[in-house]
Amino acid sequence: MSGLFDLLVAGLATGAIYALVAVGFTLLWQTSQTINFAQGEFVMLPAFLMLAAMHAGAPFWLAIVLGMLLSMILLGLAFKMLLVDPMMRHGVLPLAIATMALAIGIKEAVKQFFSAEASPFPSIVPTGDISILGHAVSLQSIGVLVVAILAVLGLTTLLNRTSLGHQMQAAAQNPTVARIIGVPVERMILLTFLINAFLVALASLLITPIYLAKFSSGEVLGQAAFIAAIVGGFNQVRGAIAGGLLIGVLDNLAAAYVSTQYRAAVPLIFLIAVILFRPQGLLGRAEERTV
Amino acid sequence: MKTTLLAGALLAFATATSVHAQAIKLADVAELSGGGATVGTNWKNGIDLAIEEINAKGGVLGRKLEVTHADSQSNPGVARAQVQKALDAEPYVLLGPGYSGSVKVTAPLAAEAGIAQIMGGEAAELTQAGNKFLFRTSFGQQSSMPKVAKYIHDEMKAKTVAVVWVNNDFGRGGRDMVTKELERLGSRVVADLSTEAGQADFAADVGKIKAANPDVVFVYLNEEESARILKEIKRQGITAPLMGETTLIGQKVIELAGDAANGARGHVGLTTDAPVELIKAFREKFSKKYNYVPDHNGLKGYLAVYMVKATTEKMGKVDPKKFADTLHGLTIKASEEPGILMDVTVSDTGDLDRQSFLVEVVEGKQVVKQVLPKLK
Repeated sequence: MSGLFDLLVAGLATGAIYALVAVGFTLLWQTSQTINFAQGEFVMLPAFLMLAAMHAGAPFWLAIVLGMLLSMILLGLAFKMLLVDPMMRHGVLPLAIATMALAIGIKEAVKQFFSAEASPFPSIVPTGDISILGHAVSLQSIGVLVVAILAVLGLTTLLNRTSLGHQMQAAAQNPTVARIIGVPVERMILLTFLINAFLVALASLLITPIYLAKFSSGEVLGQAAFIAAIVGGFNQVRGAIAGGLLIGVLDNLAAAYVSTQYRAAVPLIFLIAVILFRPQGLLGRAEERTV
Repeated sequence: MKTTLLAGALLAFATATSVHAQAIKLADVAELSGGGATVGTNWKNGIDLAIEEINAKGGVLGRKLEVTHADSQSNPGVARAQVQKALDAEPYVLLGPGYSGSVKVTAPLAAEAGIAQIMGGEAAELTQAGNKFLFRTSFGQQSSMPKVAKYIHDEMKAKTVAVVWVNNDFGRGGRDMVTKELERLGSRVVADLSTEAGQADFAADVGKIKAANPDVVFVYLNEEESARILKEIKRQGITAPLMGETTLIGQKVIELAGDAANGARGHVGLTTDAPVELIKAFREKFSKKYNYVPDHNGLKGYLAVYMVKATTEKMGKVDPKKFADTLHGLTIKASEEPGILMDVTVSDTGDLDRQSFLVEVVEGKQVVKQVLPKLK
């Protein structure tokens, strides 16, 4: 039983990170019909930006700030202006393929300029345990969960409780009408790209101490988050969150109770089941756009 | 007619001198990217360092050494293609790869070409297939695992052991060998956990170890995965002693795992922390050139080149066909060839006999606890 509890906590912590990345998937899809297949690499890159800052002599906190800012410039602003905007007019598919090319480009660039080897990455959460219901739970798992939950709460508050959030919703649901009533649609779309960049940089900060900084570490993460977004409902932020947590737990339980070899297959089988029986996702709604 | 003869003689002379001065060409295929990048990069740097030293002292039999490096991307399929390409250029000796799986698929190619292959793989089966051209630079599992099992049973007094291994040729070979030996000695394997190469998340595996509550955990994974599982073991608060091989307590693992590596023990055929003067000197030269402390793979690459040098000097000529025959049964003494670092005897199967070490990680450093002598 204690094994199950540990697995659930570890699964939720991993799942919370999948959720952050999956939310980014839905945000970009909702506002600009961008399926970003480089999302995993977007999580890998900020850790290297922070490492580069630290190598240049910056303390860890400054490296985090610089890494976050650089990520928002590169993975938010530059990504939108240099890749999404020019490719968008050719349709969803060419854009999706362009993001695949971008994923390869980012991976190879990191390999070339940094190293093909893994690097250690400091953790923002101290190591150690606390006792919950008589179980020793690592502070790192709790820290990851808390930060991810705060980020998601912050995001949902922004979207549902502020004027800015309502404008973003309007821009996503009906850009033409939103424009007519004076919503700066272009700026709202840019904002979602910046939010996505912030979320992936945050995910990077949380996951890299556990997975290590490595050029290829985005592959697994990108795939898991993509599955999470589809399972939860590609057109709902709350769906992506639920999907992320679910896939994280499922993955851990599969590794423990099915087999390590087939752990990657279990979320995929689940994905197929969802597509067959509930194609809009567990929390998604058919034919609706909302952020 | 006379002119033609003279020209012919001149041409023959020119060719002969150019052959004489020609460099000895070695080919290296290593894991320069992918999961084995740590292994391959160290191996490559070790090779380059040895060649630089040898050439600075006038080369081998007056000829310089030259090496070409190719990247196997840690993938046996790519390794095979790269080795075929390397063999087409007719090298004197083939160096690498470091991964057992890649060695397994490339060894038949080198044997068919009649080219000696000095590699870094440690899987037991590699030298058991009767290949007359394959040589190790470190212990095979058949030499190291009995020592590991004996240590777990005799010194760590373990009645129950959890065995965590990576599901590839290297991991499977080690797991089979250590499990057999542990059971023979009377230690019971209570958890037998296979993990995947490149695996990032070890929460579930470590959860299973925790549930099995063994006296000792034997960890047999590649370097990066070793670091990840060490962190996870610390995270989940497992206190059972950890035992492994070189891959659990290597420099790169210590760097990646940080505090989590402290207390882990391992049997090590080669370590740059060995209390051996020549190895200390090697470590210093390597660190100065590359700005980091090498792991055992750096030593392996370095030794591979010095094995080429010693064998060639023993033959007194550069003869790729006779190379393998000469190296079989050869004992190279460090007093005669300092580059070989420790006395070594190569068996008829290409396995090595050499002293080895028992190491523990103490405050982020490898500390040699015991020196295990050469068998013969």
